[in-house]
Formats: sequence, C-alpha cells, structure tokens
Amino acid sequence: MSAPRTMAGGLAGLLRRTRALIRKETRQLLRDFSSIAIGIVMPVTLLVLFGYGINLDVRNVPVAVLMEDDSAPARGVAAAFELSPYFSTQRVRTMNDAERMLMAGDVRAIVRIPSDFARSIDLGAADVQLIINGADANTARISLGYAQGAVATWAAKEAERTGNAGATGGIAVEPRLWFNEANDSSYFLVPGLIVLVMTLIGALLTALVMAREWERGTFEALFVTPVRSAEILLGKTVPYFVLGLIGLALCVVGSKLLFGVPLRGSLVILTFVSMLYLLVALGLGLVISSATKSQFVASQVTVLVTFLPAMMLSGFMYDPRSMPLAVQAITYVFPARYFVTLLQTLFLSGNNWSVILPNAAVLAGMAAALLALAVRLTRKRIA
Amino acid sequence: MIVSLLRILTLIRKELLVFLKDPKSRASLVLPPILQCLIFGYAATYDLNSVPYALVDQDRSAASIALVARLEGSGIFQREGTFARMTEAVPQLDARRALLIVVIGNGFERSLETGVPAPVQVIADGRNSNTSGIAQSYAGAIIGDFAAAWRAERGFPAAGVTVSTRAWFNPQLETRWSMIPSLIGTITMMMTMMLTAMSVAREREEGTFDQLLVAPFTPTEIMIGKAVPSMIVGITQASAVLLVALFWFRIPFAGSFFTLYAGLALFLAAAIGFGLFLSSLAGNMQQAMILAFVFLMPFMLLSGLMSPTENMPAVLQYLTMINPLTYAIRITRVVYLEGGRFAELLPDMLALVAIAAVTMPFAAWMFRHRLN
Repeated sequence: MSAPRTMAGGLAGLLRRTRALIRKETRQLLRDFSSIAIGIVMPVTLLVLFGYGINLDVRNVPVAVLMEDDSAPARGVAAAFELSPYFSTQRVRTMNDAERMLMAGDVRAIVRIPSDFARSIDLGAADVQLIINGADANTARISLGYAQGAVATWAAKEAERTGNAGATGGIAVEPRLWFNEANDSSYFLVPGLIVLVMTLIGALLTALVMAREWERGTFEALFVTPVRSAEILLGKTVPYFVLGLIGLALCVVGSKLLFGVPLRGSLVILTFVSMLYLLVALGLGLVISSATKSQFVASQVTVLVTFLPAMMLSGFMYDPRSMPLAVQAITYVFPARYFVTLLQTLFLSGNNWSVILPNAAVLAGMAAALLALAVRLTRKRIA
Repeated sequence: MIVSLLRILTLIRKELLVFLKDPKSRASLVLPPILQCLIFGYAATYDLNSVPYALVDQDRSAASIALVARLEGSGIFQREGTFARMTEAVPQLDARRALLIVVIGNGFERSLETGVPAPVQVIADGRNSNTSGIAQSYAGAIIGDFAAAWRAERGFPAAGVTVSTRAWFNPQLETRWSMIPSLIGTITMMMTMMLTAMSVAREREEGTFDQLLVAPFTPTEIMIGKAVPSMIVGITQASAVLLVALFWFRIPFAGSFFTLYAGLALFLAAAIGFGLFLSSLAGNMQQAMILAFVFLMPFMLLSGLMSPTENMPAVLQYLTMINPLTYAIRITRVVYLEGGRFAELLPDMLALVAIAAVTMPFAAWMFRHRLN
C-alpha cells in the first residue's frame, strides 16, 4: 500500500480485523467445556457453598458439664448452658471422664462448676471454669464469648431475683451492627465471592489461553498476519471480558434471590467498578502469560499472585486490620483489596463516594498500567 | 512383575525429569507452597490488634474519660476522632476510617453512681460482620472490666460470677496455630491435584501421550508412573510446609512424625486419585487446570479449614465425608497440636484408604476407557 491510509480506512480495518479475531476466540471459548465450567458452573457452586456451607457462626458446640456442686445456683448455671442454642451439653460425673472426652474430640469444651460454687457466690466471687480445645482457635474463641454470655445472663437474672441489683455489672453495653443487622456471614461472603469469580475468569483463564498460544507458537503465526499486537490483545480479551460479566450477573442475581443479600448501592456503579477490576485481572493474565510462556508455570504464578491474594489478602475472608503491619502494607499492592472494599461498600452500605472514588481510581490506574505493559510485552517479541 | 516394575521406574524417572529440568517449573514446585504458607499464616487471623474507633462522648464526665482511657490503654483501640453528635461520627464509619462508634450516653456517670445500668452503645461496621463481632466483644470485655474496677474502688459489691478459661493445645487461642497445621494438607492437595491433572493433559496436548501408548506400557503402569512422582512432590511440599510451621512460626509439634506422614501418604493417594480422574476428563491443559479448580474450591470450603463442618447443612455434611481434605485437616491438627496417637486416628485413616480405593481404580478405568 503506497498511498497513506486515511483515518477512516485505518479504523475500519482495525474494526474488521478485531471483529474477526473476536469471532474466532468466541468460537474457541464456546466449544471448550472448561469455559462454561469456570464461567457458569463455578460461580453457582461457590454461591451455594458460601451461602450455605461457610457459616462462621457457631452453634451446638458439644460441651461436657461437670457439676461438682449440686446447689441451686450450680444447677442454674448448668441449665444456662443446657438451654443455650449455642451449646449441646452432656453431663459428666468426674473430671477424668470429661478430660477423656475432650481428648477424644467428643466434646469441644468442659464447663466445670467447682464444689465451693454456692459458697463463693455468697461471698461475691464465684468462678466457673471453662476448659476448651484450642485446636480450632476461631471456634474456640467464639464459643468462649457465648459461654461468658450464658453465665453473665444467668448472673444478672439471679441478681434480679434475689433483689441484689448491685451485684450486676454497672454498665449496659448495647452492641449494634450496622449494614448487616441480621449478623449474617453470607452478607459479606457472598459479595466477596465476586472477586474470586472475576479473578479466576479474568486472570487465570486469560493467562492459560495466552500461554498456550505462546507454547504452541501460534502467536508467532498471528504476528505475520496484518493484525497488530493491540488488536490481537483486544480480540483475545473481549470474549473473556464478556464471560466475566456473565459471572458477575450470576453472582449478583444469585446473592439477591437465594440469600436476600441487599444491594444498597447503585447497580450501574457496581457494574462499572467490576469492569475496571476485570480489566485489571485481564491485564495481569496477559502480562503473566507473556512473561512465562508456559501454561504450567503461568497457572502457578497466576494462582500465587492473583487468586490467593484475592482470597486471603483482600479483606474478603480475613480483615487486613488483623494482619501484621508489613502484611497490611502488602495487601495494598493487590487490586483485589480495592475491589473487595468497593463490593462490600456497594452491597451493604450504599453509594459512599468517599470510598468509591479513591478505590475506583486506583483500579483504573492499575488497569491502564497493566494493559499498557501487556501491549508493550507483546510488541517487543515481534521485533 | 519385575519387568513391569522396571518399566514403571523408567516412567517415574522421566516424569521427575519433566518437573525438574526446567528452572521455572522447578521453582514453581518449591516456592508456591512456602509462599502460600507464609501468606496464609500471616493473613488468616481473626486476632485483631488494632481497631480504629470514633468516640461520641455525650457525658463528658470523669467516669467517661476514665472509660476512654481504659479502652485506649488496651493498645487495641485507636481513636479516630471525638464527636459531640452521632451524626458527625457516622461518616467515619461509612468511609471505613473507624470500625466502631462508641457512644457514651448522657448521664453515664450519674447512672454509675446510682447503680442504674449506665448506657454505652458500641456500633460496628457490619460490612465484615466477623471482624466487627470480635471488635465488639473486645470492647465489651474492656468496658465490663472498667465497670467492675470502678465499682470496686467505690466500695460497691463486686460482680457475682466470673468465668475463668483455659484452652488446651493452643493456650493463647491463636488462629495461626490452627491454620498452619491444616495447611500441610491443603497446600499439598492444591499442588498435587493440579500437577497430576496437568501432567497427563500436557502429554495429550503435545501428542506424546500417543507415544506412551505405543510403548510397551499398560494403562495401569502409565497411571502408577504418573501417580508416584506426584506423591514424591507432594511429600516434599508437605515437609516444606511442616518446616515453615516448626522453624518459622515455631508452633510446637505435639505428636509423632510417623503418624503424620502415614496420614499424609494416604491423603496424597486419595488426592492424586482425584487428580488422575480429572486428567482423564481433560483434553488439554486449560481444561485440566480449570477442572482442578472447580473441584478444589469445594474441597477447601467443605473441609473445616475456614469454618467448622458441624455447622453445615446435612447435605453438605455428607459431601464433607467424601472429601479427603476433611480427614487430612483433622489428622494434621490432632497429630500436630493435640499429640493424637495412631489408634485415635484410625477411623480417619481408613476413610482415606476407602477414598483412594475408589478414586484410583476409577481413574485407571477412565484411563483405559478413554484410550479405547
């Protein structure tokens, strides 16, 4: 072509070539059952498992109740445990029995009401012993709180009954939980799982698809065609972008219909920030695949730098505030951290611009940088 | 028999060479388990050590100031600001600058003096209800202590009953202590399942699988030749995680290494059986990887790693019973933290044997089935 290309002609060519690539890639995607598996089967499975399976609330903790004292107050404390929905109790006769059951894993805790319990109550300083299996620290800690609650409630009632109101604690703490009045863990887990789905579709699937092209040498074959590198990337990513949006739609609709998770922010903003995150994930997938050029290594690297951080370091399951400072700092490197903040706010709090704007800006910046890097890495290989 | 063994040995040797010859692939066998162990170990904790909060003190009395001093003296609560009205504190919570709003009501001190319960509201950001619950219970405990101390100082009768706690096997109730031993099974399962599924898929994709077929190997031999190297890699990775637990996180090991490794070997056999089964379904590496993920996620979620299995609905509890990771996590926790003996864990070991006895022959059958 000797004549200089007009802008319109260049644009038409770009559109035509990109469309052809997208069509090819979409066919490839639709013919492979694994894309359906990751785009549809996995979001639905995760939705059900997170909604029904992961329950961080603790109920029916098996405990052994050992009463060394048979007085009325001792029976009252035992009844407080027996009637509590948080415990399923079993009376034992000796400490040996109780310890054996704890060792064997039949019970998670022993409640021991010592022989001088009634006498100590009259003196104003009675003590209930709680011996707990700490091997599952989280469950143990929650059960501990419930045990203290059961005893405190009993003590308050007892004080009221005996007219000794001064014996109760002097401050009434009223706990309130905003944004999640039902204290339902599916409220924060289900929105959070969008980040997992998007990460797997965006980063893992793209990394695998691109690494395969590198591995098989079909990428070089594309280079000798008139298609430009930016067009190749566009053609490759558009179908996965659409698949990611389908995954998002499944998660949003599913969390609303199955679990009644409220979407308090705007759907438009949610879609917009999800698209931003999807671009970041696609960019990461592209960069990783052109850096590793092997499907096995690319998949390992992608799991390590996108999937695991999305699960562990994003605030989805574990709050970064609990992490050591150095690890807290690291969480800011990963895009998932910003996306989870956005998701939790949009779902449970609303259109909170002071949260949305900075986090969305970071995602937009990351997307731009990664996509530019991806184009650069691809172009470099041609030369 | 001996000829068959020799043939399997050559396959194993070839397979190990494939994993180990490429430096990138060698690194991706060793580094991820260690990095994963560190990430999980530091990140997966419910122990809060810093809670930013906003204070609304409507009372502004000596008592309310003493209460705030007590809260902040714990080192956990950091004040983000003091506000006269609730409406001014709310944006702090909305913007996530504060996790809690503590409202000390009007008449707090007077109520304390007169013995009427004095009102303190602790409002938490429920966007992560788990963390909020923990922060609230910390605040509640500190406020309770304050009330007891304040009343004791002024000669009021002491509060009636206390609960004293002792935790076995993990005295400080550190999440990390329960998490890291469970990772020995979780991480090796992730790695070996992906490795096994992908190693067969790679041969399929590159066409070398057909070469294996015309070589004098039976399908069972090929399968054993694929399973044993994954087993070796799995045991090595488990040992790496164990070393990190012992020497980096310094979690005391209470049990016997023999029992632990016996459990791990059975578990890996069951997990690799799953991996081989997946590899017989997958036509290429992408499918193998994605299938591995689609199976791994439920395995991890239904294993007791993140939430106890007893709280799950009955249907899901049945699924936890065919999940090898459930048993691996129980075995590693019981051996590592509780010092459990082999005999105690026999039911779990037998369950793993049963799972392996189903997945392995099934994978072999699928192998033959696909070859024909």
